[in-house]
Amino acid sequence: MIRSKKTMRGFAALAGMAVLSLTAACGGGDDTGSDDSGDSGSAASELCGKNLAFLGALTGDAGALGQNMVGGIKLALQEHNDENADCQIELKEFDSQGSPDKAPALATQIINDDTIFGLIGPGFSGESLATGKTFFEAGLPSISPSATNVTITQQGWTTWHRVIGNDDAQGTADAKYLTDTAGATKVFVVDDGQDYSKGLAGTVKEALGSAMIDEDQISVGDTNMSAVVQAVKSSGADAVFYGGYYTEAGLLAKQLRQGGFTGTFMSGDGSQDPNFVKVAGAQAANDAVLSAPAGPAPADFAASGLYATQAYDATNIFLAAIEDGASDGESINEFIGSYSGDGVSGPISFDENGDIEESKIYAYFVKDGTMDVDNPEVIE
Amino acid sequence: MDFGALFGSLDNFLSFTMGGLVFGAVYALIALGYTMVYGVLQLINFAHSEVFMYGTFAVAWMFIFLHGTESVTWSLGKAAPILVAALVGAMLLSAAIALLLERFAYRPLIRKGAPKLIALISAIGASFALAEAMGLRDRFADKLGLSDNLENYVAPGKARDVFSNPVTIQPKGLFEVGGYTVSDVDLVILAACFIMMIALDTFVRRTRFGRGIRAVAQDPETAALMGVNSGRVVQVTFLIGGLMAGAAATLYMMKIGSTRQNAGFILGVKAFTAAVMGGIGNLRGALVGGLLLGVMENWGSAVFGSEWKDVVAFVLLVLILLVRPSGILGESLGKARA
Amino acid sequence: MSAMSTTLSGIGRRWDGVVDRYNALPKPARLGLVILFAAFVYLLPLLRPPILTTNNIDFGGVMFSVAAFALVAVGLNIVIGYAGLLDLGYVGFYAVGAYTTGVLTTYHWHWPFFLALPLAIAVTMVTGVILGAPTLRVRGDYLAIVTLGFGEIIRITVKNVEWVGASAGIKDISHPNTIGAAPNPPFDRGGMFDVPRLQWDGIIPSLDRDHPTAVLAFGAVDAIPYYWVILTALILVLVGDRLVKSSRVGRAWEATREDEDAAELMGVPTFKYKLMAFALGAAIGGLSGAFYASGQGGYISPDSFPLLLSMLFVAAVIVGGSGNRWGAIVGGALVAYLPERFREFADYRLLFFGLALSVLAIWRPEGLLPPRRSRRAKAVEAEIEALEEGALEGSTHA
Repeated sequence: MIRSKKTMRGFAALAGMAVLSLTAACGGGDDTGSDDSGDSGSAASELCGKNLAFLGALTGDAGALGQNMVGGIKLALQEHNDENADCQIELKEFDSQGSPDKAPALATQIINDDTIFGLIGPGFSGESLATGKTFFEAGLPSISPSATNVTITQQGWTTWHRVIGNDDAQGTADAKYLTDTAGATKVFVVDDGQDYSKGLAGTVKEALGSAMIDEDQISVGDTNMSAVVQAVKSSGADAVFYGGYYTEAGLLAKQLRQGGFTGTFMSGDGSQDPNFVKVAGAQAANDAVLSAPAGPAPADFAASGLYATQAYDATNIFLAAIEDGASDGESINEFIGSYSGDGVSGPISFDENGDIEESKIYAYFVKDGTMDVDNPEVIE
Repeated sequence: MDFGALFGSLDNFLSFTMGGLVFGAVYALIALGYTMVYGVLQLINFAHSEVFMYGTFAVAWMFIFLHGTESVTWSLGKAAPILVAALVGAMLLSAAIALLLERFAYRPLIRKGAPKLIALISAIGASFALAEAMGLRDRFADKLGLSDNLENYVAPGKARDVFSNPVTIQPKGLFEVGGYTVSDVDLVILAACFIMMIALDTFVRRTRFGRGIRAVAQDPETAALMGVNSGRVVQVTFLIGGLMAGAAATLYMMKIGSTRQNAGFILGVKAFTAAVMGGIGNLRGALVGGLLLGVMENWGSAVFGSEWKDVVAFVLLVLILLVRPSGILGESLGKARA
Repeated sequence: MSAMSTTLSGIGRRWDGVVDRYNALPKPARLGLVILFAAFVYLLPLLRPPILTTNNIDFGGVMFSVAAFALVAVGLNIVIGYAGLLDLGYVGFYAVGAYTTGVLTTYHWHWPFFLALPLAIAVTMVTGVILGAPTLRVRGDYLAIVTLGFGEIIRITVKNVEWVGASAGIKDISHPNTIGAAPNPPFDRGGMFDVPRLQWDGIIPSLDRDHPTAVLAFGAVDAIPYYWVILTALILVLVGDRLVKSSRVGRAWEATREDEDAAELMGVPTFKYKLMAFALGAAIGGLSGAFYASGQGGYISPDSFPLLLSMLFVAAVIVGGSGNRWGAIVGGALVAYLPERFREFADYRLLFFGLALSVLAIWRPEGLLPPRRSRRAKAVEAEIEALEEGALEGSTHA
């Protein structure tokens, strides 16, 4: 250990010398941060012409979700740019393919890009955990439209916010819906083993207590659910809760119904997508309950898909910060921390951890072969 | 561990087994593609999973073409005419993809006498490219100015997302065995699998061309000297693999109903496992391996929980190979006489 | 089509010529070239040469993954290239190394990184022996699917075992200790001194003092110090690889690969040597995994180790030239670098990557940098063929 450290130090000196002789210059000095902190008095226009960044999956298996978010962001920016011809804000997109491995290098690129003053994202929990420290150390404020893992906001990263209720809030509400509203007494809980899904399903299990009779776990990409279907049937469950995304949720709902299951089928926001109904088929999807920490988008909302409203709201918070006169990372971050307003996804304000303060959980229903996105029920 | 979940009641046991058999039949049909190519060329045709994936899309497209996009639920009988058309479409498309693979990813390498491993890389590359091309079909349609005409087929902006057959086929219970209801869909899948297996087996065993395939599998050089056109044999091998993958795709879509551009990968790995389990290069081995893998996955799910089912499958594979180093029924297409 | 392939093979021949000329140089000149080249490689992320530098993703971070991939490829080259064993589950060892590091430095204990590193290597090596012992009795292509299975078993196991974080993975993994002043985030990165990097306006370089790298500060905002450490590890491994390859062990591997039965008859305990190759390869994979775990992101989860990564590792070795350590490095570098360099093609980059793999395979079946023995063999073959052609002149040659 000691020896290796010594070697390292020797090597470092060597490398350093090589650099010095080659570039004939010495960095030194204290100007480390990448954000040049200008005078906050010189009005909002300082950020005009600069960019917001989006970090999330745009291609790859989860690319569709990222595209939804970009749709929401672009809508907000377009509205802003149309109204403020003298203050154009553009979007720089960084495609992580949803992978925590690619995200850190992209995060470094973002913090070294002096034209970027804020981040919408990261899209998923994994990449948030892999990059949170980078953004925090560089002092770049971020608002995620979709990363719901509970632990992200417990890391002490004060620049990190989200405009979506975390998995705890949703899981508790879902369990309540199942027992109180749907009247289930024997709930079978299934998840797909991903971090998001396990977190959500875990909270549901905990909140259900003795009303949970059994559990199982499939994996992403599975299509043969016959084993789970049989386990559900032989357990005599009167409700199934699934934590995961719409593809597997649809397949599970379909095969459960075909296998003769007649109880309640419920899932979370990951499944609240029109494709759930397409995968399950109209008949099997009927009466499914899908919860989401977001109300219905207004009728004239021009972007579509899961998380588009949250992305739209997140962008508008940054734009409001500009209008308010914030000019650097610190003042934007302060503005976000004290922000309070009504977005298209619901009322928004943040607690000291960066979690959204009030998150209403809505239950959406599938009726007559379509998901009724306009008339959800608030789970109290 | 919960053996009671599996063996607790006959109904349970049969359900787990039957569900496994049905999926195993799909594995078996895909495994044929791996086994045929391996038998003749001793190459792992890594891109065969994409041949299957294109077939699944062909099925969904055929339903959209002949029925429309309205989401409906039909019985098997009502869907049968379109299903037959879809079967033809899927077999044609899959076979075409398989032949393209042979022509562009393999033939140049075989002709150069390149090492086997490099063919694997070529196949991995082709597999990536094919899956990505399917995921980018909306862009291609856009470039060609066909976005509006093909909207329902290419799903603009959502080409990478799951793609579903608008017609859901509702299985109907036919008869009961020990409390378990056998459905018409399951029965058709199993029967189709067996019929195609027997037909293929007969083809390889009885026909002149089949003899050519066996000859090349046993000794390509001697076969060539005896006047067998080995290039043609290789083509036909790929063609058969493609046709079977197309059939598997139709059965799969009948049961599952949805696909996506990366749907081939996992099934491909499973089918390849099945082929090795049964004895790669052996047609009947593919059937045995496929069915066994399907059943063991479901049994494993019942006993250990679904999260461990792949572990159960792979551990079983290792055990089988330790006891029988060349698979359950042994290797060699050439020796597949019985 | 044929014109293109002629140009391609022309490039190939010219490249072989470069390799031959290098090999013909006297030893001191070769050493000098190597040192110059090494210095250039170390400074690459600071020099940021145009064209080579990635535009839409941090170049330092990309160079770190390039080095990590190269290290993995060198390890896998021992298994595939030297011993001739097709391992499709190599990502499993990468995962074992990463998880051992995560558990030792963060999740259960708080060892310093450089103390955990040797143990991570040891644990991975033992895993290699445990998995290899039953697996290596299976021959040839069966080995591919069995190793693939083991890779999946490792991934599924870590996904479901709470002791290693299950599906949530391990987050905030401790970085190696910063050498120099201790960092004090968010604004003070610590380290001994700062080094500026270059920025280029076309072909005119200038100093960019706004984005310096702190030497040797291991924080979350800069990947370059991590790059330097993993590059050093790569160089050490290369030296070791050279020693082993030219030893008795290396010859035993060669004999086993070319003809296992003959080797066994000549008294080479082939199983023992195969197991050794498997374990050594595993150890290097584990080493790379350890650096990955404690790298800039400091986050690992089961999803970081998909089956597909194994395929990419194998592709790296074979594209580079199975059996040649430099080939493996080039292959590893390309597989990690190309998709990032061509990010502006966004959606199309994986399509092009797949096509590029196929084209490369067909264009140079023996890899970009084939090992010396196959180039020798090829030359001999060409000679024989020329003789045969001469003898058969006039008659139709099939």
